[in-house]
Amino acid sequence: MTVLHSAPRYASNDGVKDTLAKAIGASLISADEAHGEIVLTVSRDSIEDVLRMLRDDHSYQQLMEIAGVDFPERAERFEVVYMLLSLTKNHRVTVKVSTDENNAVPTVTTLWPNAGWLEREVFDLYGVLFDGNTDLRRILTDYGFEGHPFRKDFPLTGYTELRYSEEEKRVVYEPVELAQDLRQFDFMSPWEGAEYVLPGDEKADTPPVDEPKTTESPKQTGAGKKADKKAAKPSGGDA
Amino acid sequence: MSMQLEESLTTDGEVISNYTINFGPQHPAAHGVLRMVMELDGEIVERIDPHVGLLHRGTEKLIEHKTYLQALPYFDRLDYCSPLAQEHSYVLAIEKLLNLEVPERGQYLRVLFAELTRICNHMLNIGAHVMDVGAMTPNLWVFDLREDCLNFFERASGARMHSAWFRPGGVHQDVPLKLLTDIGDWVDTRLPELFGDAMSLVMDNRIFKQRNVDIAHVSKEDAIAWGFSGPMIRAAGIPWDLRKSQPYDVYDRMEFDIPVGTNSDCYDRFMVRVKEVYESAKIIKQCLAEMPEGPICSDDRKVSPPKRGEMKQSMEALIHHFKLYTEGFHVPAGEVYVATESPKGEFGVYLVSDGSNKPYRCKIRPTAFSHLQAMDMMSKGHMLPDATAILGAIDVVFGECDR
Repeated sequence: MTVLHSAPRYASNDGVKDTLAKAIGASLISADEAHGEIVLTVSRDSIEDVLRMLRDDHSYQQLMEIAGVDFPERAERFEVVYMLLSLTKNHRVTVKVSTDENNAVPTVTTLWPNAGWLEREVFDLYGVLFDGNTDLRRILTDYGFEGHPFRKDFPLTGYTELRYSEEEKRVVYEPVELAQDLRQFDFMSPWEGAEYVLPGDEKADTPPVDEPKTTESPKQTGAGKKADKKAAKPSGGDA
Repeated sequence: MSMQLEESLTTDGEVISNYTINFGPQHPAAHGVLRMVMELDGEIVERIDPHVGLLHRGTEKLIEHKTYLQALPYFDRLDYCSPLAQEHSYVLAIEKLLNLEVPERGQYLRVLFAELTRICNHMLNIGAHVMDVGAMTPNLWVFDLREDCLNFFERASGARMHSAWFRPGGVHQDVPLKLLTDIGDWVDTRLPELFGDAMSLVMDNRIFKQRNVDIAHVSKEDAIAWGFSGPMIRAAGIPWDLRKSQPYDVYDRMEFDIPVGTNSDCYDRFMVRVKEVYESAKIIKQCLAEMPEGPICSDDRKVSPPKRGEMKQSMEALIHHFKLYTEGFHVPAGEVYVATESPKGEFGVYLVSDGSNKPYRCKIRPTAFSHLQAMDMMSKGHMLPDATAILGAIDVVFGECDR
C-alpha cells in the first residue's frame, strides 16, 4: 500500500517484526503489522520479561504510554497496550497483553519509574490489577469514587452527581438526574446494519399471498377511465 | 508514612518532626488545579505526592460517544494553551488510518499554525515561569505577544482559543493573503523586538538565575527512564525532537535547529523554550516563503465536506455534506499510535477504530503525566519555593494532564 498520509514517519519496519518475534519466542501470541505499525501480542505473565528484553537488547528505551481498552464481548475483556519508543533507532513498537477483572498483569514499574502513574490510570479507569505495583491508588477520578468509568458498560452520565448545598454548606453527592434525555443518535446507515427497523421495512417480511398480483391488462392496473381528450390538450396562450 | 523525628541543635533539644502541607489545589503557582501533598523537613522538601485528576472530565469517554469530526473540538480543550498542536495529533491519526492524502498547502498551513501555537504556548509558559519566581514585567510583555497570536488564530478560524481548525484531510478554511503578510511582518519585527526586550530582563538576571540554575537537575538516564519528552528531554542534553526525527506534514522540508541544554536544570528548560521561539519563527518564515497556492483540504468527499457554493449547484455535494454532518465518515478498523511534538513534549493519540463512524477508543497521551510524576524525584532536597520554579519549568496544564 502506498503511503499517502503525512503522519509521523519513523525508521522503516523492514524485518523488525521478524527479529522481535524471534527474540520474544514462546511468549509471543501474535505479531502484526498494519497501518505501518508493529503490534506484538504477548502472554500476560511474560510482559515484564518481554519489555525488559526490548529495552535492554533492542534499545526501546522509553515507555511512552500504557493504554487500556475494553472489549466486553471477549473472554478476557481488557487489553493493556504498551507504547515503546527507541530514541537511538528512531522506532516505535506496540506491545499488548489481555486480561480480565481478576487476573493481574505483572507491573513494569521495575523497568520504568513512570509506569507507576500509567498503571494507576489503567487501574482507575478499567479496574485492571497490576501485580507488584505498590501504589495502586486511583488517580484521575474523585476521592472515594466507586466503579471504573471507562469500561464500556459504565454509562456516560455516571451514577452520581454533586452540587454545593446551601443548606448543608458543603458539596453533596446525589444520584444522577437528567433534566432531559441524553441524546445519543444512531447515525449508522440503515443499509449498513442499523439496529432498528426502518418504518415500512416490516412489510418486507409479510407472507406470500395466494394469488400474486399481475398487471397484464390495463384493467388490472387499477387505473380509471381515459382522461378527456380536451383536458390533455395544451392550453393555447398565456392566459 | 515516614515521619522522621530528630534532635535539633537550634531548638534546645526539643524534638521536631517533619510536617505535611497541601500545596494547592487552589494555588496561583500550581498552574491550575494541582494538589501536592508535601512532606517538609523545615523548608526542605522530603517527599511530594502530586494528586492529579481534579480537572478530569472524561474526555476519552466522551470521544467514544461522538463521531470522528465531533470529537475534534475536545482536543482544543485539553491543553488550552496550545490547542492546534493537540488537533494535529488527532487529525494525523485519522489520516493514518484512512491513508488520506493532504494537499501541500494544507500541510504548510498546518505547520505554520502549529508553530504559531508553539510560540503562543511558550509565551504563556515563559511568562508564568518568570512570574512564579518573582519577575512581573516580562510576563506582561510576552502576554502582549500571546494576544497577537490569538488574534491570528481568530482571523484564521473565527475563534481565539478553541479553533477547531485542523480537519482530517487539511484545514477547515483557507486564510486571507493579508493574514499571511501580517504574520510575516509580526515575525520579522514585533516578535523579535518585544520578546528580545522581555528576555533581556530575565536571561542574565541574578535573581532569576539564583532561583533556577542547578534546580532540579535530571541526568540523561533519568530523563529517558522517566519518559521525558519535548523541552524537558532536550534540556537534559538529548537532541530529540519529533519534528526532526519523525517528521510529519512538511516538517522534513523545514530548516531549523534543535536547542539543547547542558546542565539539565530549570534554567536550561527555560532557555530551551526561549530558543525554540526563535526556531519557530524561522519555520514560520519558511512556510510563508514556500507555501504554494492550491486546495487546503483533501477533495475526498467521503471525508471532507464540499464547498458551500458547490452545494448550491450539485445534488451530490449536498448529499455528501448531509452525510458528513449527520452520520460522519467511517474509518477502517485498526489501531494507530500517532505522536507529534506539541510545545510541551510528545502528545500522542492512540486511536482504535472498529470500522464505524465513532472511535472505539481514543487514548490521549498527555505530556504532563510523565513530567509531573517525576516531581517527587526532581524536588527532593530542594527548598519549598523551588517547587514553584520546578513546576513552572515543567510547563504543566491540567486540561491536558487530567483529560
